[in-house]
Amino acid sequence: MNILAIDTSNQVMSTAVLNGEQLIAEYTTNVKKNHSIALMPAVEKVLKEAGLSPEDLNKIVVARGPGSYTGVRIGVTTAKTMAWTLNIPVVGVSSLEAAAFNGLYFPGLICSFFDARRGRVFAGVYQPEDGELNTVLDEQNVLFTDWLEELKHQQEKVLFIGNDFSLHRENIMECLGDQAVIAEPYYHIPRAAVLGYIGKDRDEEVIHSFTPNYLRLAEAEAKWLKARGRDNE
Amino acid sequence: MMDKKDQYILAIETSCDETAVAIVKNGKELLSNAVASQIESHKRFGGVVPEIASRHHIEQITIVLEQALNEAKVTMEEIDAIAVTEGPGLVGALLIGVNAAKALAFAHQKPLVGVHHIAGHIYANRLEKEFSFPLLALVVSGGHTELILMKEHGDFQVIGETRDDAAGEAYDKVAKALGLPYPGGPHIDRLASEGKAAIDFPRAWLEEGSYDFSFSGLKTAVINTLHNASQKGETLKKEDIAASFQESVIDVLVTKTYRAAQEYQVNQLIVAGGVAANKGLRAKLQEQFAETDIEVLIPPLSLCTDNAAMIAAAGSIAFEQGHRAGLDLNANPSLSLERYARRSRK
Ligand SMILES: [Zn+2]
Repeated sequence: MNILAIDTSNQVMSTAVLNGEQLIAEYTTNVKKNHSIALMPAVEKVLKEAGLSPEDLNKIVVARGPGSYTGVRIGVTTAKTMAWTLNIPVVGVSSLEAAAFNGLYFPGLICSFFDARRGRVFAGVYQPEDGELNTVLDEQNVLFTDWLEELKHQQEKVLFIGNDFSLHRENIMECLGDQAVIAEPYYHIPRAAVLGYIGKDRDEEVIHSFTPNYLRLAEAEAKWLKARGRDNE
Repeated sequence: MMDKKDQYILAIETSCDETAVAIVKNGKELLSNAVASQIESHKRFGGVVPEIASRHHIEQITIVLEQALNEAKVTMEEIDAIAVTEGPGLVGALLIGVNAAKALAFAHQKPLVGVHHIAGHIYANRLEKEFSFPLLALVVSGGHTELILMKEHGDFQVIGETRDDAAGEAYDKVAKALGLPYPGGPHIDRLASEGKAAIDFPRAWLEEGSYDFSFSGLKTAVINTLHNASQKGETLKKEDIAASFQESVIDVLVTKTYRAAQEYQVNQLIVAGGVAANKGLRAKLQEQFAETDIEVLIPPLSLCTDNAAMIAAAGSIAFEQGHRAGLDLNANPSLSLERYARRSRK
């Protein structure tokens, strides 16, 4: 079972090839570079390292968001087009869940988050149980200060995982103090090896209708709905 | 058995609000031309919203790919190269096509060819009639108003372009001022045919000998005329406004095109882009060139608006000429046609 995994939802770009649950090759960068330029050559590289050609693939797992709209679309477009044309299943995994998985052995809650500008974040809260993550607070696009208040009420230690951590460190410490645990730098990097592992046994998507989970309406759409008194957000 | 010499190009175009895939045989024979239009979705906003366009493209891309392959009765194995619009256009929209094209090219180990959107509009005509050089192309759309001279395949020399609004943009803005729905071009064209060009709107000729265009002054003049009339409590006939506006646009377009065609002694005039669907423009060009030896080529309506058949047609020549894009191909929202023509061959 050869799995290709792709995550381009934020600044980190990661792609990996797994054989079942075993990592064969992984390529991960954490640079401000255009994923559209770098992704396909990276996929070519990991497959080559793994000694596989595209038709040897049995499944593609992709981080489907939330995250940068453009970034997520690059990953999902690549994954769904490849899966469609190779006639293999594609599995979408939450980008937040994939990031949170880095904290699987933490004895408490895990909050993964991505900066969403203007004080907002995409964030979710999970609790590890038997090698899986249970959702404690659903993924949201939320003001980080409101989110932290919510976490305070959980009265449990919270491990924070997020590559944009430095932007929010002060907020977290101020609101949660000792309740907050900050993961070591390398734990903040979502890795395609982990993503592929999470998605290996999950249900496949219906390829044609498979789209990113933006977790937020396009601004024009939100305004349009609001103007009609149908504020869905 | 398939003739080995035949060439099959699959092309993807997602530069604006249409998700399009086409398959063309030997650069001229259209086997399929699938288009998913988003126009209904963008109408609500009175124009194309880039983020929403990108979202629609990703919803449609594999559906349209499948449709194009099924209609052409061609398999991916038979395809010789994947062509894709790399620019200009909306960056987020272009990215869906570029990444889908790269995924296909990599999955099947096929060559990838990047195509300039305007080169595509010009090559749409080759699906109807073989080119005869030198030729002049008038490209008019919501984003473009350009006069392009071609001395051979793949050679594009921009001899005139708009300095402000594109012709199609002026149409949309005037249509909006007249309270017509988006996109306004076809509505103005229809109203104009029912009205009289009674108002003398300005024509921007620019410096003597210039083949450049300018439509923002005209657009402002129309809006001011409407505004002044409403302040005085007068009502102007929409049909007459439309006819007068359209006459001004067409007068400038046709006069400059005719002069350029004479100066460069071209064999063909090619009209391309969404505004090429305009009946008033088609009629005036036919009339102006009737007395000359210059052949006027205007593609059928389905090839005037954005489509992937045109990208396949341009991609076919680029492929033959040895142009190849790498897997690091990126979307280039402001790709210039002349820079594209000078790109190196890999
Ligand atoms: Zn166009």
